[in-house]
Amino acid sequence: MGAGYDLELVNLTKKYGETLAVDRINYHFKPGSYVCILGPSGCGKSSTLRMIAGHESVSDGSIVLDGFDVSHLPPAKRGTAMMFQNYALFPHLSVLDNVAFSLRMKGIDKATRHAKARELLELVDMTAYADRFPAQLSGGQQQRVALARALVTQPKVLLLDEPLSALDPFLRIRMRSELKRLQRELGITFIHVTHGQDEALALGDELVVMNNSVIEQAGPARDVWSAPKTEFVAKFMGGHNVIAVNGTKFALRADDVLLSNSGLSAVVNSVEYQGGHVALTALTESGEEVLSLVPESLFFQSPKNPGDSVMLAWNEGRLHRLQS
Amino acid sequence: MTRNLIGWLQAAPLALVLMGFLVAPIIMIVIVSFWGSTEYSIYPAFQFDNYSYLFASSVVWRVFGATFKYAAIVWVLTLGIGFTVAYFLAFHVRSLTWQIALFLLCTIPFWTSNIIRMISWIPFLGRNGIANQTLISWGVIDEPLEWLLYSDFSVILAFVHLYTLFMVVPIFNTMMRIDHSLLEAARDAGATGFQTLVNVIIPLTKPGIMIGTIFVVTLVMGDFITVRFMSGSQRANVGRLISNDIGLLQYPSAAATAVVLLCTVLLVIGILLRFVNIRKEL
Repeated sequence: MGAGYDLELVNLTKKYGETLAVDRINYHFKPGSYVCILGPSGCGKSSTLRMIAGHESVSDGSIVLDGFDVSHLPPAKRGTAMMFQNYALFPHLSVLDNVAFSLRMKGIDKATRHAKARELLELVDMTAYADRFPAQLSGGQQQRVALARALVTQPKVLLLDEPLSALDPFLRIRMRSELKRLQRELGITFIHVTHGQDEALALGDELVVMNNSVIEQAGPARDVWSAPKTEFVAKFMGGHNVIAVNGTKFALRADDVLLSNSGLSAVVNSVEYQGGHVALTALTESGEEVLSLVPESLFFQSPKNPGDSVMLAWNEGRLHRLQS
Repeated sequence: MTRNLIGWLQAAPLALVLMGFLVAPIIMIVIVSFWGSTEYSIYPAFQFDNYSYLFASSVVWRVFGATFKYAAIVWVLTLGIGFTVAYFLAFHVRSLTWQIALFLLCTIPFWTSNIIRMISWIPFLGRNGIANQTLISWGVIDEPLEWLLYSDFSVILAFVHLYTLFMVVPIFNTMMRIDHSLLEAARDAGATGFQTLVNVIIPLTKPGIMIGTIFVVTLVMGDFITVRFMSGSQRANVGRLISNDIGLLQYPSAAATAVVLLCTVLLVIGILLRFVNIRKEL
C-alpha cells in the first residue's frame, strides 16, 4: 500500500439551512500523516470529516484527493474509507463477511474476497474470531473488525470518527498505540476526529483545532501545544494559564508557574494529586485563577492546603503572547 | 419452597384464564370432532368418520387449496405494499413528527369495523358502481367489468385492504431499530441503493416480515366473513366450510374441520419459524 496521498481542503463550507457548520476552511493534509481534528462538540469537526467521507454534501469549496476534486463523488469512489463512531458493523453478518462486504458489493467471488478479508483480519489480529458475529465481540474487538472492514477497500485516506470514545479508558490507551502502529505500517493518511486533547496529542503528527466552524490553529502537535495562537487553543489544549498583562493576553504553561517566596500573591483554591505532579489552582487578588503544576517531590517539601496563601512566580520569558 | 409456591401463585391467574378460555375449548373441539352425527342428532362417540369424510372429499381438498391460494396471494401483496410503506416511513420520512403523523394516517381505516370497511367496497366495485361508471365515462371500457365484485378479485382486494396494516406495523417497528449508520457504512463500502436494500435492510427486517406474515396468514386462513361478503357467497374457504356446518348444526363435522385447519396453520407457522428467529423482536 502506497506512500500516502495528498489531501487538500479548499474553502470547504457546510451550511445547514442558514447555519454555518463549517466556514471556508483550508487545509493541506500531508501524505501519510496522522492528523487529529479536535474541538468542542458542535465546532464542525464531524461535519468536516463527513464531507471528506462523502456522507455529507459539500455546500461550497472542494476536497482534492491525489490531484482530483472528489467533493461530488459518492463515498466509495473517493478513495476514502470511514470508520464509524459506533463501528456500524452489520449485525447479521459474520466478522469475515463484514470485512468482505465491500468486495462482495463489487462482485468479487467468494474465495478471493474471503482470502483478502482474512489478510486484513490478520493485520488487526482478529483471525481467530472470523466466524463470530459482532454481538459476540467486545468493544475493542468490534473496533478492530471495523478497522479491517474500512481498510479492505485499500483507501488512500482513512477517516475515523471519534473511534475511541466508546471504549473504556484502559482499552482506549491500548487501541491508541494500535492505531498509530497501523498507520505507520500502512503509510496512508489517517484523519481522526476527537474531542479529547490527550488523545490528539498522543496520536497526531499534526493537530487541527477547530472552533465555531473555523480552524483555530493547525500544525505539528508540539507546536500547537507549546505555542497556542489564541486564548481558545490555550484553554482547550489544557495545561495553560491565560493571563492578562497590561491588557494583552499571554499564555503561560502551568508547569512554568512556580511557588516561591516572592511574586504574585494568591490563595490556594484546590489541590489535586496527579501522581508525578500536583495540580494546584490559586486565586490571585485580581480574581484570576492560575493553575500550577508542581513536581510532586517539590510540592511535598512544603505542602499547601486550600485556603493557604502562596506566592506565584514565573520567568517572564516563558510568557507566550496570544493573538486574541 | 415458599419461593416456589409464590412463583406458582403469580403464574396461576393467567394460567387459569388460558386454561379456561383457550385450552379447554380446544380440547372440547377435539373431543367433539370424534363424535358422530345424523341429520337430526349428535351422539358422543369415538370414531374417525368425520375425519375420513373430510380427507376423502375432493371438495374439502379444493377448499383447502383455495384457502392456501388466498393466503399466498394476500401474503405477497400485503408484504409488497407493507414493506414499501414501512420503508418509506422509516427511511424517507426524516422527521419523527411526520413519521408519527403518516403512521396514524395508515391506521385511520381501523377506526371503523371490519365489516363496514368490507361492505363499503360493494357500491364502489358493483356493476353500476363508481369504478365501472368512471372507467366507462373515461372510455377505458365499453361495458361494466363483471369480475370487479363477487369474485376472487374482490375477496383478495378486501383482504389486502383489511390486513396490510398488520404487515406495516411489525416491519416498520423493525426498520426503526436499524441503525442509520449501517446504511452509511454500506454506502461507504460502495453498495448501491438496491444492494443496501438486499444485503442490509431486508436481512435486518426479516423478523418483522415474519411477524407480519404470521398475522396475515393466520387471519386470512381463519377468515370466513370476508370471503362470504366479497364473493357474494360464490367462493369458499375453510372458514366458510366450518360456518356452513355450524349453520346446519353439524357440530362434529365443523369441529373436525376446525382441528384440521388449526393443525395446518400451526404447521405453516412452525415452518415459518424455522426460517427466522423472531425471539429477539419480542
